[in-house]
Amino acid sequence: MAKEESQLSIDPKKVKTILATDCGSTTTKAILIEELDGEYRLSKRGEAPTTVEAPFEDVTMGVRNAITEIMELKNQDMEDASKHVNYLDEGGVITTSRYPDREETRGVDLYVSTSSAGGGLQMMVSGVVKSMTAESAERAALGAGAIVMDVIAQNDGREDYVKIQRIRELRPDMILLSGGIDGGTTVHVAELAEMIAAAAPKPRLGIGYRLPIIFAGNKDARPLVERILGEQTDLRIVDNLRPVLERENLGPARDEIHNLFMEHVMAQAPGYNKLMDWADAPIMPTPGAVGKLIEETAREQDITIVGVDIGGATTDVFSVFADTFNRTVSANLGMSYSICNVLNETGVENILRWVPLQIEIFELRNRIRNKMIRPTTIPQSLQDLVIEQAIAREALRLAFEHHKTLAVGLKGVQQVRDVAETFSQSGSGATLVDLMELDMIIGSGGVLSHAPRRVQSVMMMLDAFQPEGVTKLTVDSIFMMPQLGVLSEVHPKAATQVFDRDCLIRLGTAVSPVQATNSKVKPGDPCVTVNMVRDDGTTDSVEVPFGSIAKMELKVGHTATLEISPRRGFDVGAGSGHKVEVEAEGGLEGIVVDARGRNPMYLPTDQTERVEKLMEWIEAMETYPIETLKAYLE
Amino acid sequence: MASAYTPGLKVTRSTRIRKIRRLPLLGDVLVEKGARVEAHDLVAKTMLPGEPTTLNIAQRFNYDVSMREEIERLKELMLVKEGDSIEEGQLIAEKPGFLGLTMFATKVTSPVSGVIDVLSDITGQLIIRKPPVPIEMEAYIPGKVVEVIPEEGVIIETQAALVQGIFGVGGERYGEIKVVVNSPRDVLTAEQIDSSCKDKIVVGGSLVTLDALHKAGEVGATGVVAGGIVDTDLIEYLGYDIGVAITGTEDIPITVVLTEGFGEIRMAEKTFSMLNELNGKMASINGATQIRAGVMRPELIVENPGEEVVEDNQIDANGMGEGTLIRIIRAPYFGKIATVESLPPELQAVESETMVRVLFAKLEDGTVVRVPRANVELIEE
Repeated sequence: MAKEESQLSIDPKKVKTILATDCGSTTTKAILIEELDGEYRLSKRGEAPTTVEAPFEDVTMGVRNAITEIMELKNQDMEDASKHVNYLDEGGVITTSRYPDREETRGVDLYVSTSSAGGGLQMMVSGVVKSMTAESAERAALGAGAIVMDVIAQNDGREDYVKIQRIRELRPDMILLSGGIDGGTTVHVAELAEMIAAAAPKPRLGIGYRLPIIFAGNKDARPLVERILGEQTDLRIVDNLRPVLERENLGPARDEIHNLFMEHVMAQAPGYNKLMDWADAPIMPTPGAVGKLIEETAREQDITIVGVDIGGATTDVFSVFADTFNRTVSANLGMSYSICNVLNETGVENILRWVPLQIEIFELRNRIRNKMIRPTTIPQSLQDLVIEQAIAREALRLAFEHHKTLAVGLKGVQQVRDVAETFSQSGSGATLVDLMELDMIIGSGGVLSHAPRRVQSVMMMLDAFQPEGVTKLTVDSIFMMPQLGVLSEVHPKAATQVFDRDCLIRLGTAVSPVQATNSKVKPGDPCVTVNMVRDDGTTDSVEVPFGSIAKMELKVGHTATLEISPRRGFDVGAGSGHKVEVEAEGGLEGIVVDARGRNPMYLPTDQTERVEKLMEWIEAMETYPIETLKAYLE
Repeated sequence: MASAYTPGLKVTRSTRIRKIRRLPLLGDVLVEKGARVEAHDLVAKTMLPGEPTTLNIAQRFNYDVSMREEIERLKELMLVKEGDSIEEGQLIAEKPGFLGLTMFATKVTSPVSGVIDVLSDITGQLIIRKPPVPIEMEAYIPGKVVEVIPEEGVIIETQAALVQGIFGVGGERYGEIKVVVNSPRDVLTAEQIDSSCKDKIVVGGSLVTLDALHKAGEVGATGVVAGGIVDTDLIEYLGYDIGVAITGTEDIPITVVLTEGFGEIRMAEKTFSMLNELNGKMASINGATQIRAGVMRPELIVENPGEEVVEDNQIDANGMGEGTLIRIIRAPYFGKIATVESLPPELQAVESETMVRVLFAKLEDGTVVRVPRANVELIEE
């Protein structure tokens, strides 16, 4: 993380003020970080519409507007006009690198930015074997923050002409070509290269430019690939991303993707040349920066994490399990532009199973479509809010399912297994996502970060991800993970401190027992007892039957020792019926004891019973204003 | 801060419209700066290189391409060379059989007609390219070429009436406007569409039914404009569901533009009366909608050279005040027309407990309701 510190023109210790922006596809968000009493804290935030598209076609206008808002807010606080700040001049953001002797009120010490404007980074990836090098290439591209438009493999089941047609249709920003372990096949790699050369795909931006292609395959195939694609494309060669079957080496490919993102994609997008000049560190693709922050957090705290960012068009899922970082993007699952796709993929019934209210299906469908075409509207009625959060549960669930299928161990690898592993079917090709091992969930995106009651985010995440055992739940307060991610490249200390103190909102800790496979347990049967001793010495205890949910107070900043005693047939991490003692962190919603079961979670199929159960949970957790909800039911 | 409510879609009698007509790859621009063009005039064209087909000759002859001499031998078996035009079924390579006998020969024929592009000496793959496909770009709107982007396309400018819809399907078309309903509240049904609607853009009121869409296609209409459509009708008409709000490439015989949304919603008075005024005039119509960044809305453009250009008369953020006419665009008052009663500046909680900036709106029946500002759209009458 500290690798770039030396590249800064300023001593990191002297950095007192930092501006960071994220140019999203609709909004540009700016944050101001200041050092106060030796601690970096978020001081102000501002936002403005992104200005990549016509009629503005200059991303820096939106950046200026967002920063201007911060300046105005900052100056409002200051009665003494002589202390009023100014962060902008005609040359852009005033930074110490441009003005080493600047006055304190003029400019900031550091400016960094991320971007996903103009559709983000769109890539096509290719490898010889679909489940091996092609999958590794896909992971590399996703990890770098790209949307993967298609994965082309020698054995993907499509005829060559179909693949060629597909390559011709797509207009990716770049292609990642892999294939063959070092010393392995060269001919198949060359065939792929020839296929790409024959299709002659065009880049999405910049009509006359050569398409950038990264080759990260068998090193013996380099001269062949060079001969086939060297002249026609902007070819870059990096280390093989799968040098041996047993190991992935995604770093070099990811770094080159970031380089090309700056050189090509950003350079073609309107105004980015200026923005790159202003920034003290390379501009990162937004999801790449978020992933970086999550990866670092998991490493530093030695925990497993699932992070999710649910947006209007796409949902990103990040995870770190077994020291392996994975990111997936569900490009067509979102809460506005792509909301109808959530409906299509999951079906009306799956959405309505979370809704205790009566609503006509055709009415629901029209409402969802109207949300798609008017994405900026806000749920006014409680009914609308309940529906929107039900859709969010399904979008999150689908995105997480997708993630589990890609966040897997390397396929095609012979592994030495012990007996236990054989039974748990881990190893080659099995998902790395282990919900019992999961320590923390970080949620972000409007529907999670801005839910009117924080407990609503807790319930959405519990229902969608269904964590097992003991799991900490958090949300990103104002979605500043992208800015902090890129900041962590050049000033890890500031990024870490702001992330911990201002970005993460601690919702609480969930305790979720898992029943045995084929369990005959019935709702109301004894399930789990939790005894809590808080750090201030006070105690609390709760016994929760199967099919119910309860919460215990444990405030933010406090910890408690939890003694969790599952009944026989239930597991909270130590095996069926085995007691677990953990140190838990508090949060706005304290400790949530979710005894609704897992695999599957208990949810009655009968309509009347289901509504009763949903209402019971809502009442227990105070998820929605219960009287208003009851009025709807009457 | 970003404006707190959705600005209305543009519905204007006269505005200056510029359209960039750009080829997907470099080609030839066919018109000059200053030229007058009509909607169907070609302004640029290019040739899309023919689709390549691969044929692994080495595999057919069972040659090992890792050995150079086998590649060399492979070349000797070729009956055609790079650049040759070939027909489908034509013999292109032949390996003599046992004792050099032709009857035991292994023969390779071309699966397609085209030109021999290259025989790879790395993989033994032969690439045959089909004839190039011409791509022609029409002007789409009548007007004047104000800029030529060399080898890429042109910018056309026109003075025109513009109706932006909220959602549409189907691509660029050109036809005469024909209003077939009497009021913006009327539903457009199949009964109102007959053979006189051929090549016309049929305008309805609050809703277009599934039968009406089918009938419009059958009689050869160019497009349909209406207030709303029932979600399931659209799915049935298209034969699939639209998941993401990116449209314009649907394979359907008509272009559909919705001015208000999904469900039965009265077409805005101004839109309807303007379409009535434009009845009988030729219009360019495009259903392409892209709500993500860039916000592309479907449109209807009617050249209107006689009218004076009224510069940008969109109501801006400061323009909403007491008495402003609005439409509420989200439940529980979805589709209702109202006037602004007051605009309290402070954040207020609505029923969902969301804290938002609100306005008080007087509905047509006189009741006053509280609505988030984000949930209203301005209506220009």
